[in-house]
Amino acid sequence: MDNNKLEEFIKSLIPETDVKIGKQYVEVTVTPASLHSTAKLLRDNEETRFDFLLCITGVDWGQDLGIIYHLRSTLFGHAIVLKTMVCDRINPVVDTISDLWNTADFHEREVYDLLGIKFANHPDLRRLFLDSSWGFPLRKDYVDDVNIVTK
Amino acid sequence: MEEQTKTIAVDEQQEYVINMGPQHPSTHGVLRLVVSLKGEIVKNVEPHIGYIHRGIEKMCESITYPQIIHLTDRMDYLSAHINNEAVSLAVEKALEVEIPDRIKIIRTIMAELTRIQSHQLWWSSFGMDLGGLTCFFYGLRDREKILDIFEETCGSRMIVSYNCPGGLMYDIHPDFQKKVKEFIKYFRKILPEYDQLLTGNVIFHNRSKGIGILSREDAISFGVTGPSGRASGFECDVRKHEPYSAYDKVDLKEVLFNEGDTFHRYLARIDEMRESMNIIEQLIDNIPEGPFAVKMKPVIKLPEGEYYQRVETARGELGVFIISDGNKNPYRVKFRSPNFVNLSVLNHISKGMKIADLVAIGGSLDLVIPDIDR
Repeated sequence: MDNNKLEEFIKSLIPETDVKIGKQYVEVTVTPASLHSTAKLLRDNEETRFDFLLCITGVDWGQDLGIIYHLRSTLFGHAIVLKTMVCDRINPVVDTISDLWNTADFHEREVYDLLGIKFANHPDLRRLFLDSSWGFPLRKDYVDDVNIVTK
Repeated sequence: MEEQTKTIAVDEQQEYVINMGPQHPSTHGVLRLVVSLKGEIVKNVEPHIGYIHRGIEKMCESITYPQIIHLTDRMDYLSAHINNEAVSLAVEKALEVEIPDRIKIIRTIMAELTRIQSHQLWWSSFGMDLGGLTCFFYGLRDREKILDIFEETCGSRMIVSYNCPGGLMYDIHPDFQKKVKEFIKYFRKILPEYDQLLTGNVIFHNRSKGIGILSREDAISFGVTGPSGRASGFECDVRKHEPYSAYDKVDLKEVLFNEGDTFHRYLARIDEMRESMNIIEQLIDNIPEGPFAVKMKPVIKLPEGEYYQRVETARGELGVFIISDGNKNPYRVKFRSPNFVNLSVLNHISKGMKIADLVAIGGSLDLVIPDIDR
């Protein structure tokens, strides 16, 4: 399916969801509560079959913390971007999707390590690169007087 | 006397935990694997990473786009050229710059040379991991010829930084085409020697056939790409399915196997070296005349938005995801590095194998540690 058809189809598949065509891909924005069900639907639907999770990107949008999922179908070759946002900066929690795609396990650990977003029901949520004494460096309000040299 | 002949009761129910790395020679870098064993059988492998985490994604947020190119060299240092290309392509896509054919073709030839030298080094070290020391000398001898070509044109051997947004840093050396043709002629003759040395070797077969089998479904679910994914029958060659640079101009065969074991991951890489030579041969005589770079603005600012660029490195799919807020620095850069994803499958395919097979499996995934940690 090309982007226009995919947009139409997803609008009919999941009504009341924010679907739009971005610069490259169709972008679907969902609430954290409906993330897992939407992801499962996109993976299992016969017409979409998004079976390949490319990557999970955590972004600090200033107020909110966002997570961006890039999905692809190996069968049909179309791609989609799934987005969600949490506004709680102290204790942000999103459902894990590592039960749907195995690769999400490591990616979610990376997002947790660098942005401090927790994933509910994740089998093994530990820090990946950094020690537990670090903050969350990819947040925009992260301050490190010793290791970050600012001009 | 009686006490001495008594056998010692070994608690076979208990698991034995050993650390492999961070300085183990077969991990090819600072990767630490915590391996749980029952006797010789691997029960669980837990990778501990981050020993060489430099925070490249964080660093990218405070520098400009042409500067990011130089950081990408330091991720997968064996695919340095292809990493540079990925960022350049993402920036060019965002600015909608039209790139002339000359640049596209030179980039493609360089990328394929990079792929060959990376596979040569992998072949050398993989042979050495499994006890064939001769491989190391053969592989590095031939790799030197490609590095010499790089040195002439790029001024550097491994960390090339040859691409920049808008084209190339310098024009190719006058001898470039001649040298590349000489190399192809030489390597076509030499490659059967690789097969004689390792591919047909009985000891090598016993160490690699049926070891670490990865099914196609698992390859997709774990996102394993590159030769490791294609050995399991996962059609994931970005060059073929989403062509960039000059890959739409060449006749390209995707190397696919269905077995998915260590031996076929090995075969996939050997066949890819042949395929890369075919690609170079199709392009090397057709480099058109023209400038080696498009004129870009002195300060590159990307329009607001999100840009994703996929390329095929020697180890799999590299994704560069740039979020721009319109400034000269990116708001967020994410690298979907192939090795990070390929590492996540190690536990899955090593379970139930012998501890010695773990070295073979790890070698066949061809991990480059700085790319995992970034």
